[in-house]
Parts: sequence; C-alpha cells; structure tokens
Amino acid sequence: MPDSLKRLLRSPQGMIGAVILLACLVLVLLGPWLAPYDHQALSITERYRPPGAEHWLGTDQLGRDIASRILVGARATILLSLLATGLAMLIGAMLGTACAYLGGRFDEVMMRTMDALMSIPSLLFALLIVSTLGKSGMNAVLAITVSFIPGMVRIARSVALAQRRQDYVGAAIARGESSLWIVSRELLPNIAAPIIVEATIRVAFAIMLFATLSFLGLGAQPPAPEWGLMVAEARGYFFQAPWMMLMPGLAIALVAIGFNLLGDGLRDALNPRSGER
Amino acid sequence: MTPAYLLKRLLMVAYTLLVVSLLVFGITQLLPADAAVTILGQSATPEALEALRTRLGLDQPAWWQYAQWLGGVVQGDFGTSMRNGLPVGGTLAEALGRSLVLAACSLALMLMVAIPLGVVAAVRRGRPSDLVVSALSYVGVSLPEFVTATLLLLLFADVWNLLPATGYVSLSEDFVGGVRHLILPTLTVSLIMVAHVSRMVRSELVDVLHTDYIRAARLKGLSRRRVLLRHALRNGLLPTITIVALDIGYLLGGIVVVEEIFAIPGIGRELISAVNARDLPVIQAGVMILAATYCLVNFLADLAYAYLDRRIQYA
Repeated sequence: MPDSLKRLLRSPQGMIGAVILLACLVLVLLGPWLAPYDHQALSITERYRPPGAEHWLGTDQLGRDIASRILVGARATILLSLLATGLAMLIGAMLGTACAYLGGRFDEVMMRTMDALMSIPSLLFALLIVSTLGKSGMNAVLAITVSFIPGMVRIARSVALAQRRQDYVGAAIARGESSLWIVSRELLPNIAAPIIVEATIRVAFAIMLFATLSFLGLGAQPPAPEWGLMVAEARGYFFQAPWMMLMPGLAIALVAIGFNLLGDGLRDALNPRSGER
Repeated sequence: MTPAYLLKRLLMVAYTLLVVSLLVFGITQLLPADAAVTILGQSATPEALEALRTRLGLDQPAWWQYAQWLGGVVQGDFGTSMRNGLPVGGTLAEALGRSLVLAACSLALMLMVAIPLGVVAAVRRGRPSDLVVSALSYVGVSLPEFVTATLLLLLFADVWNLLPATGYVSLSEDFVGGVRHLILPTLTVSLIMVAHVSRMVRSELVDVLHTDYIRAARLKGLSRRRVLLRHALRNGLLPTITIVALDIGYLLGGIVVVEEIFAIPGIGRELISAVNARDLPVIQAGVMILAATYCLVNFLADLAYAYLDRRIQYA
C-alpha cells in the first residue's frame, strides 16, 4: 500500500486531488471554528457586500457572511454525499459479491434487474424517491444511495468474479464455510480496494447530485447553508450580487474536481498498466 | 447480427420497462397522501371523496390498480393530471417535443466538439494541447448543470447582454428567436458530456494508436494523416457509440435541470412541477417516458455497434 501511495502522489492528478481534498477535510473538521462570522447572523447594513477585506467572499441579501456559510455548509454538502456514496458502496458490494459468488439464476435475475434500474437516470430516480418521501436532506441522501446501488453492484460483481476463481475461495469452500462467511470474510476484503476507487469518483457525482437536488428545492431546506441551496437562493439577486451564487457554485465544482482527480489518481496508482497511457 | 440476438435484446428492453414500471408504480404507491384529498382539497365531504375514490379505482387492490395503469400505458393512456384534469399523455407529448429539440441540439453540438477534442488530445498525447484538454475536461465533468447555467447566464445575458435569459420561443413560429433562446440551454447541457466523451475518445484512441496494425500501417509508409483518418479513427471511434448512448442518462438528467432554470416548458419542467405538487400520474408518466427513451437509445446503439463491428458475433 505505501508503494501505491507513493505512485498516487507522484501523478499530477493524484497529487492535486489529494491536496484539494486534504484542504476540504480541514474545512469539514474545523469549518465552524474557522468561520470569521456567525453564519446565521443577519445584518441590514451589511447586505450585498462584494468580496473584500472585511467579507472575503461578500455577503448575501440578508447580510450573512458568505465565507462563513460556505465553511459551515461544507459539512452538510460533503459529509452527506460521502454518506450516500458509502452506503451505496456497502450495499452494492454485498449484492455484487453475492451475485458473483452464487452465480446462476440469482445472478442472472439480479443483474438484469440492476440493468433495468440503471435505465432510470440518477436524477430522475432521486426525483421519484424525494417526491414520495418528501423534501429533506436525509431523503436526498437516501435517493442518491438507491440510485447509486445498481452501478456499484455491477462493478463489485465484475471485480469479485475475478477473485472467485482464486484458490483461497476454493479452499474456503473445501473447508465447508457458509456462503455468507465466504462472501463477507473472504471475498469482500479482497475487492475493497478497486471498489473504493470507483466510489471515490462517484462521490464527485454525489456532491453534484445532492447540490442539484437542493438547488431544485428537493434536498436541504432553508435556512441550511447547503451549497446547492445557496446557489438557488442567490438566483433572485443574481444581477445585483453575482458573487452570491458564484462562490458556493465554485466550492461545489472545486470539491467535485478534487474527488475526480483523486479517484483517477488512485485508479492509476493501483493499476500500474493504466498509468502508462 | 443474428435474429436470436435481436430477440434477446428486445426481450431485455421489455423486461427493463416492466421493472421500471413496477418501480415507478410501487414507489408512488408508498405516498402517504390520499390522492382523492389532493384533488378535492381538505374541505371535501366524505361522500364526495368516496365517490372519487371509486371513480379513480383507489378502492381497488394495488395489483389491480397497477394492471389498469399498465394497460393504459401500453395503449398510450397515462391517465389524467391531478392538477388540471387534462390527459397526461397529450400534455407530456407536447412537452417532450420541446425537450427533444433541446436534446438533439445538445447531442449534435457535443459530438462536433468532443470528438475533435478527444482526437487532438490522443494524437498529441503528453503535449501542452493534451494537458489543456485534460484539465478542461476535469473542470467540465465537475461543474453541475445549474452552476454552468448560472455562469453562462451571468456572462451572456447580463455582462455582455447578448442573449435572452430565460423563456421559450417555438422554432416554427420565430426561428431566429427560437435559436437565440436555445443557445444557452444547449451549451449548458452539452458541456458535461463534452468533457466526458472527449476523455473517453482520447483513451480509446490512445489504445488503438498503440496496436500493431497501426504500427504496420505507419511502417508501410503511409502518412500520419492517412493512418489516423483511415485506420485509427474507424476502430477508435466505434466505442464512442456505446459511451454516448450511456451518457443519454446524463443528457436526460441535464435537460430536467436546464429546463427548470431556463423556464423551457419541456418534459423536465413538467416533471419538477409535478414532483412539487405530488401530481402522481404526471410523475409516473414522465419517468416512464424518459426511462423508455434511454432504453430505446441504448437498444439502437447496441444494434448499430453489432452491425458496424463485424468482429463481434453475438449469440
């Protein structure tokens, strides 16, 4: 693993991605303490201030400090996206590995069903679920999780199929281990790395999807400082205070770029052949 | 391409649509809200509610309602909207037409930009132009449509004041006006796909350029240009069909967001307002229609791929 870490940091994508995400980690952990102002403090005199020395990223229509709101909102946006992807990864890995291990009719029906689910674009899937469960941040997380599962099952299955033929699986079967034990204790740990790589790239997509749902008014609800919601609220003041939507929009893009870069870097680092391209 | 392959693919499309229909119906069935109350309002008398429930078939068991609904869908009858009582099929068909114009324009623009970018990056691998394309594609795939749209609006509709901000003008009524209203939505939808597809084209082509037959063609003394155009692109661009077909999912999602932002009365906007109003028949029909579109495109892409790449013999 240290070897692949070295390779990761040597590639430009991996390096830049790691730096961006490390910075994000700091923001998530320390955001509320780093914020220069109270993110909820209203101020009639400080409305629509452009970015400057006093308010680095300006203020919004209620005089709230945008930098503080972005810092506090980092938690909602990034952690919830990570949660959604992580859940989808766990469930997908279990199902996909089970498919690869059991094979036969179960595998066939499962995979055709996953193919069918993948024909509903993620955003529509999420719309469908949110429309049923109601608009809230947690429902958006659930919607993203469900819409990501088919893709993760597919990846986990293809990785696990290769592992399935390895001797250690045969040995476990010969020892008379149960299917559940073999899937969870033998196969899953061995397919973790490639699945985590795929999941890393998907976090970028989850962040964009979560922000999009909030933007459409179907995810986080006001006055939460969620980034997509901030962009949506700023639309009405777009021409007089463009920084209001620009700043959270750029924050979303930056984090998504970070996850995309790190994911690609990780993929190359774990698979040296693809790095030569 | 054998008839058996065709039949197998058709069966898969049918199965897919069946699963989607079950899911769409099943999820919306979980709604706690009573459709009769949604339509008549809280102040309706119990008798009126009971009569409406009977008329809508809400007192029937769920599987019967599903069978009724599916039977209607197969015949193109998606029921009536809970908000205005109009047939859903007619409203959505009209909206779908507007969305398809936007989708077609975005696809065309995407292909015109993404393929040349990918080819240039692959041919000049490791040179500055490749790095610029790579960097831009990372930015492109990381910008959600609503951010791109607002950025474009800011520049084109405000700072430079070149294009109308929102709204929709029918192309058949006012062509120039219609095109002007289409430019920003098209740019927004295609950006994310340009970034993704150009990256895929680059990586496919880089693989092809390293194959023996390309080296053989070069050693035969053919010019770089001829090898690229006649030999490499043919095989290198083939997988693009599949990639673009899979990207239709992004395209459909993107259209939903973009129609909402630019106030285009297409199927995406219908869907969002239906979600906000919990107008079930419209939500069910909208998701069904878009999923069916995705299936159809991927089915056609598979056929085209099997037809173009004779090496593949599908059983």
